[in-house]
Amino acid sequence: MSDLIISPSSAKRKRAKKTTGPLSIGSEWTFELIDRYYKEISRVAGEFQLDTYPNQLEIITAEQMMDAYASVGMPVMYHHWSYGKHFLSTERGYKRGQMGLAYEIVINSNPCISYLMEENSITMQALVIAHAAFGHNSFFKGNYLFRSWTDASAIIDYLVFARQYIRQCEERHGVDTVEELLDSCHALMNYGVDRYKRPPKLSVAEEQAKQADREAYLQSQVNDLWRTLPRRAEEAEKTEAARFPPEPQENLLYFIEKYAPLLEPWQRELVRIVRKVAQYFYPQRQTQVMNEGWATFWHYTIMNRLYDEGLITDGAIMEFLHSHTNVVYQPPVSSRWYSGINPYALGFAMYSDIRRICEHPTEEDRRWFPDLAGTEWRPALEFAMKNFKDESFIAQYLSPKLIRDFRLFAVRDDDHEAKLEVSVIHNEDGYREIRRKLADQYNLGNREPNIQVWEVNTRGDRSLTLRHIQHNRRPLANTVHEVLKHISRLWGFSVKLESCDGEGRVILTYDCKMEKRHG
Amino acid sequence: MAHLIDRRLNGKNKSAINRERFLRRFKGQIKEAVTRAVKGRSITDIDSGENVSIPVKDVSEPVFGHARGGVWETVHPGNKEYQKGDQIDRPEEGGGGSGSGKASQDGEGEDDFVFQLSREEFLNFFFEDLELPNLVKTQLTATQAFKQVRAGYSTDGTPSNIDVMRSLKGALGRRIALTAGPMARLNEAREELDELLEKCEEDDPRLNALRAEIHSLKTRIIGIPFIDPFDLRYSNRVRQPRPHTQAVMFCVMDVSGSMDEQKKDTAKRFFILLYLFLTRAYEKIEVVFIRHHTQAQEVNEHDFFHARDTGGTVVSSALKLVDQVIGERFPTSDWNIYIAQASDGDNWDSDSLVCKDLLLKNILPMVQYYAYIEITDGEPQNLWMEYEKVRDACKQFAMRKIQSPADIYPVFRDLFKKNTANV
Repeated sequence: MSDLIISPSSAKRKRAKKTTGPLSIGSEWTFELIDRYYKEISRVAGEFQLDTYPNQLEIITAEQMMDAYASVGMPVMYHHWSYGKHFLSTERGYKRGQMGLAYEIVINSNPCISYLMEENSITMQALVIAHAAFGHNSFFKGNYLFRSWTDASAIIDYLVFARQYIRQCEERHGVDTVEELLDSCHALMNYGVDRYKRPPKLSVAEEQAKQADREAYLQSQVNDLWRTLPRRAEEAEKTEAARFPPEPQENLLYFIEKYAPLLEPWQRELVRIVRKVAQYFYPQRQTQVMNEGWATFWHYTIMNRLYDEGLITDGAIMEFLHSHTNVVYQPPVSSRWYSGINPYALGFAMYSDIRRICEHPTEEDRRWFPDLAGTEWRPALEFAMKNFKDESFIAQYLSPKLIRDFRLFAVRDDDHEAKLEVSVIHNEDGYREIRRKLADQYNLGNREPNIQVWEVNTRGDRSLTLRHIQHNRRPLANTVHEVLKHISRLWGFSVKLESCDGEGRVILTYDCKMEKRHG
Repeated sequence: MAHLIDRRLNGKNKSAINRERFLRRFKGQIKEAVTRAVKGRSITDIDSGENVSIPVKDVSEPVFGHARGGVWETVHPGNKEYQKGDQIDRPEEGGGGSGSGKASQDGEGEDDFVFQLSREEFLNFFFEDLELPNLVKTQLTATQAFKQVRAGYSTDGTPSNIDVMRSLKGALGRRIALTAGPMARLNEAREELDELLEKCEEDDPRLNALRAEIHSLKTRIIGIPFIDPFDLRYSNRVRQPRPHTQAVMFCVMDVSGSMDEQKKDTAKRFFILLYLFLTRAYEKIEVVFIRHHTQAQEVNEHDFFHARDTGGTVVSSALKLVDQVIGERFPTSDWNIYIAQASDGDNWDSDSLVCKDLLLKNILPMVQYYAYIEITDGEPQNLWMEYEKVRDACKQFAMRKIQSPADIYPVFRDLFKKNTANV
């Protein structure tokens, strides 16, 4: 798969020697040198019209990198034992030499913060600057998910607020109480995101809703007075039919924040904080291939341009290629190092392929991508970066050539059958099928069990019922019992989870009974 | 231009709090693991960190996930020989390679979560709940030490306490105050003199009078002393009483010929443990090391643990030395005294009686706690018998037997348990 790493342009590369020599010879970095590299990279990025937030580069030590790692990359994350656990395991792996540290961490903020490790050579620093400060940075600024879901200029401030608020809560209510609550929220983090942004309600609708609220409020006051009066039978029947929530809710944390009966105001605020953080990271989970591929494509393109201009020595470009090749290596399925598809490899290959289709389309490409073949590559690439997430990106752009290059095939594992079956391979019949299947694989909705708030028993024991809709008959993992305990801790009453098959029949029920509280 | 910030100097241990939270949460499990790690293992390297493992299911953070089952259709790279419709045997669970890569995440591995405790953290867990028994004794808390505390300035004191700055400031102020009057007049007189000189003859009497006045004013100003005894200020210090507890630990070890290498090693481990415990728990604690065969000598820490001379056994020699050292250097009015003694129980027959008497009459009345460990797997010998009598007579005396290195830690914990009612 060596063709993955040498882009079409490199074949006809000529070293257009400029009068200026290389920026540096040795491998040591200095602040001044980083500055010069940054300027050159920035210039090249400008020539490629990369639109970025302003950059802030921070030099840190390996230990600080582990610190940053452990707190999900955020410099001002609130404190929680799970980050300590993460730190301990990272540290152990690193000290034993089992794993290297990431070369960089970049934060989706404005200005965009990239960490450079002091151990890196100047070539690696240049790679990181190109990769993070320009690649990821422009992706954060351009991709529609990030644009609509995250506010880069506010995130750091918000996290500072969150950390302080949580610290105050710990002082006031005790570390253990806060920790318990955070544990429970973390268990639901993946279910604390809004998946779709809906257009703001019409003003008339808003007004009507407000009016309805007022009415309901007044009514509730009145109801309270008459609450103890016996009702007529038919009336009772009618009210029982009114279900709550009227529609299933997929954002469990939001539902809990708004409707959990027993939570204190500060507890609701903590739920909200976890929810906000989850929402902030949601786009990153949906654009792994695209984001890493984009950054990798650009560090590759920019570094090669610097080399073409004679700003980087032969030794440095070899060092760079060595790292780059490691990053985009895709072990085949038979390898013992195989652990799924490498998002760097796939993403990089796809962006490079889009450029190839634009610049040097084959007859096949013209058939598959009539809108793409032979057009300007830069706008095409920009469009591909801005308007997709992993799922749709693959569904749109995975070309037959790449499917052949990667030798992709699909295996169907049905527990009703004795054997696995190879359902599609990389042939003419299979291209579309494989593309659809791979895209599905990146659909978060398929990867995580589909669980929604189904009903709240408002009249009886106030229990919460969730519903899991099985996808392809896949059952829930055993962790469900533990997670239900967490939910019932938040909800304050019993929680039930019904597992439904594709037709909506309940086939399995999990229960988490909550003892009646006293006092 | 990018903002380039060097962060290497600040915030080294940002995750320290998270780490501490983690340790706090799993305290019980970690303590268990520490005990497990220590048991029956070399304790000489205890002074370093330790790998600790706790069951992974305790530290897991549950989330909703899929289990295996149902239909999975996964795309993989690197197809070599498969054609559409090929049937493949289902791979063994955890067999890696081909097969569904995603379903494995739900399999709850039984591997432990392993991590490294720092030396500090390890010893914290290690010595938790231990303390020196009876440390604060009433008559000892009553003994007072004094501390010198600054208390402003005074007008008398010893020359060595003169505060130069303060004195000179005073002198300057006095000089300004005293010269102010004559100085003003002097200036006036000078101006008058200048005026007269322009108008009058050289021998005008008024001129002479003015000159005389100026002269006398100048002498007055010069006469004011630069510094006067009156200016001197002395730093003032007062003595403040401070309650004070101090403790001394005697480590007494038998190094006679009957203590073979293994026993010595066990004894040393016990003392290393004790020493680590002491140096950790008490900032100000004196430790006296005494080793004996037929003669006892006081040695330093290094020799205590590392020297290797040997001979017969006279336990009383060590006790005499202890008695002597206490008499010379550690008056009971000022010190809490602890003694730990390790031996294999061998002693000259007649000497054990001497030991008993020494203990009961001289030493035990002076000490807070006396711990005796006997390292042997044989029958108790006469020293043990005699010591049993001592134990029955005196409640601050404790004795235990250690048979194998694995006993060291439990015995140690037993001897220094927190809040034990006098063992």
